[in-house]
Amino acid sequence: MRYIGRRLLHGLLLLVGVSLLSFLFADLAPGDYFSELRTNPRVSAETIAALRAQSGLDRPLPVRYAAWVASVLRGDFGYSLAYNSPVGPLLWGRVRATLLLTGTATLLAWLIALPLGIWNATARGTWGDGVSKVVLSFLLAIPDLLLAIVFLMLAVETGYFPAGGMVSAGWASLSGPERLRDVVWHLALPVAVLVLGMLPTLVRHVRASMAEAIDSPFALSARAQGIPRQRLLFRHLLPAAANPLISLFGFSLGTLLSASLLIEVVMGWPGLGPLFLEAIMARDFALALAVVMLSASFLVAGNLLADILLYRMDPRIRMK
Amino acid sequence: MTRRTKIAAALAFLGILHGLAIFAGFLAPYPYAEQHREFPYAPPTRIHFRHLRPFVYGWAEGREDTTRSYPIQFLVHGRLFGVREPGVVFLLGSDAYGRDLFSRLLYGGRVSLLTGLLAAFLSLGLGLALGTVAGFHGGWLDQILMRGGELVMALPWLYLLLAVRAFLPLHITTVQAFFLLIIIIGGVGWVRPARLIRGVVLSARERGFVLAARGFGASDAYLIRRHILPLTLGVVLTQATVLIPQYILAEVALSFLGLGVSEPVPSWGNMLAEAQQYHALVAHPWMLAPGLAIIPVLLGYLLLADTLLESRSQ
Repeated sequence: MRYIGRRLLHGLLLLVGVSLLSFLFADLAPGDYFSELRTNPRVSAETIAALRAQSGLDRPLPVRYAAWVASVLRGDFGYSLAYNSPVGPLLWGRVRATLLLTGTATLLAWLIALPLGIWNATARGTWGDGVSKVVLSFLLAIPDLLLAIVFLMLAVETGYFPAGGMVSAGWASLSGPERLRDVVWHLALPVAVLVLGMLPTLVRHVRASMAEAIDSPFALSARAQGIPRQRLLFRHLLPAAANPLISLFGFSLGTLLSASLLIEVVMGWPGLGPLFLEAIMARDFALALAVVMLSASFLVAGNLLADILLYRMDPRIRMK
Repeated sequence: MTRRTKIAAALAFLGILHGLAIFAGFLAPYPYAEQHREFPYAPPTRIHFRHLRPFVYGWAEGREDTTRSYPIQFLVHGRLFGVREPGVVFLLGSDAYGRDLFSRLLYGGRVSLLTGLLAAFLSLGLGLALGTVAGFHGGWLDQILMRGGELVMALPWLYLLLAVRAFLPLHITTVQAFFLLIIIIGGVGWVRPARLIRGVVLSARERGFVLAARGFGASDAYLIRRHILPLTLGVVLTQATVLIPQYILAEVALSFLGLGVSEPVPSWGNMLAEAQQYHALVAHPWMLAPGLAIIPVLLGYLLLADTLLESRSQ
C-alpha cells in the first residue's frame, strides 16, 4: 500500500509539473488567442486590451495558474475562448468518441498479438514464423497516415464503408440497434488502421519475451519432467514472460487518448485529436491545455497501473 | 547472410535512397515549383522506344497525342534527362498545378530525410551531453535532469510536438520552418537517449579500468573522452537507427497537418496532404507516391536497427 501511495503521489507531482511547465511555456511563447485579431484593421488596440482584461489574460502568471487549478477542481478545466464555454463539457463527448475508437482497437490488437506472438515464439525457424515476421516488418514500415488515406480511398471507391465520421446523417432518427450498427460500421476502418499500426510492435514484444522464457533453463527442465506442452506454455512460461508485457499493456492503456490523433484527423473521427488541432491553431490555450493534461494523466495512470500490476504479480519486485 | 553483410546491405540501400534525394537537383527533370498549368493531374507519362531510343508522345485532352513525339534527351541543362518543350515527361504523373510529381518527390525527400537525420543528430547530441553529465556527475544534477526528463515523457509525443510547434510563430519562411522543425523534433526527443546513455555511463563509471585510470590521476574530462564515451557508441548507433525513421514520420505528420514546411517547397508530408481528397484520389492514385516512398526508407532503417540490436544482445 505504501508503495502504491508513493507512486500515486509521484504521478500527481508529475502532472502538476507538466501543467506548470505548460503555463510557463505558453507565457513565454509569443501571441495568444487575441493576437489574430490584431491583424484585423477594424478592431482597435483598445478593444483587444479590453477583451484580454475581460478574459483575465493580462493577470500575472501565478494568479492565472491558481485560477486554472480552481477551475480544474470544479471540473471546468478553464474557459475556452474559441468556443466561449467552459472546457469540461466540450471534452467529455470527444473523450468518449476517442475511447470508443482506441479502446476497441487496443483490445483487438492485444487479442490478436498475444496468440500470434506466442505461436511465433514456439514456431521459430519455421516458414510460418518467417512469413509472419516479414509481413509484420512490412506493416511496421507503412506509415499510419498512408494506411488511413488508402483505406478511405478504397471506402469511397467501393462504397462498402463510410468515408469518415462516426455516425451517418440522420443518426438521431434511428432506433437503438440500428444506431449501434451504424457506429460499428463507421468504426471498422479507423479501428482497422489502428490495429494494423499497433500489431507489429505488440507481436514483436510478445514473441521476444516468450522466446526468452522458452529458451530459459527452467523451461528445459520442466519439459524434461514431462509437463504437457499446453500446460507448460500457459501455466509456466507465460507468467515468466509476463513482466515486459504488463509494462507494455500499461503503456497501451496510457496512450488510449493520444494514439489516434492523426487517424482521427484524417478519417474525420470526432475525437480529441481534431479538437486539439483546432485548439492549438486558434491558440485556445485552455482547451489545448485541457487535452494535453487529460492525455498526460492517462499516460501517467497507465504506467502507474502497470507498476501496480507488476507489484501484485511479481514477488521479486515486492521484496525490493 | 552474415550480420556484417546485412548491415552493409542496409547501409547501401539507405545510401542510395538518400543519394536520390541529395542529387534531386540533377536527377529531377523539373524544378520543384515549375508549373505546367495545361497538364493538371496528368498520369505517369509512358516511355516508348523506337530503335532503342526512348521518347514520349505529346499529351492532350486526357490521352497521348501520337502525332507529336519528343525524344528524351539526356544530360541537358544540367539535368539527367528531360524533353524539349512543349513536350513533358512526368514519370509519376503531375499534381493539380501540373507540377512533376517525380521531381517533387525527390526534392521533398530532401526535406523529409534531412529533417530526420539532423533532428536525430540533435537529439543524440543533447542526449549524449545530458546523459553523460547526469550519469557521471550524479547527485542533484542527475536528479534535476532525470526529473525534467520524466516531465517530458509524461506527455504524449505527438501532442507535445504539435503544441510546441503551434505556440511558436506560424507565419515564417520555409527555411525558418525547416530549421524550427529540426530543433523542435530533435529538442523534444532527447530524453530517451539521455536515459539510456546515463545507464551506460553509470555502469561504466564503476568499471575496473575507469577506476584504475582515476587512481592514476586522470581528470574527469579525460575519463569521459577516453573511456566512457567510446562505451556509449553502441547505444548511440542503435538509438540513431530508431530515432531517424521516427523523426522522418514526425516531419511528415507535422507537414501533413500544415505545421511544417509549407508550399511550394515540397516535403513528403505536405505532398500527402494534397492527396487527402479521397473522392478525387481514385482518379489519380499516383498522388500517393510520397506516402509509398516512405516505406522503403523505413524498411531500410528497420533492417539496420534489428541487425544492430541482434548483434548487441549477443
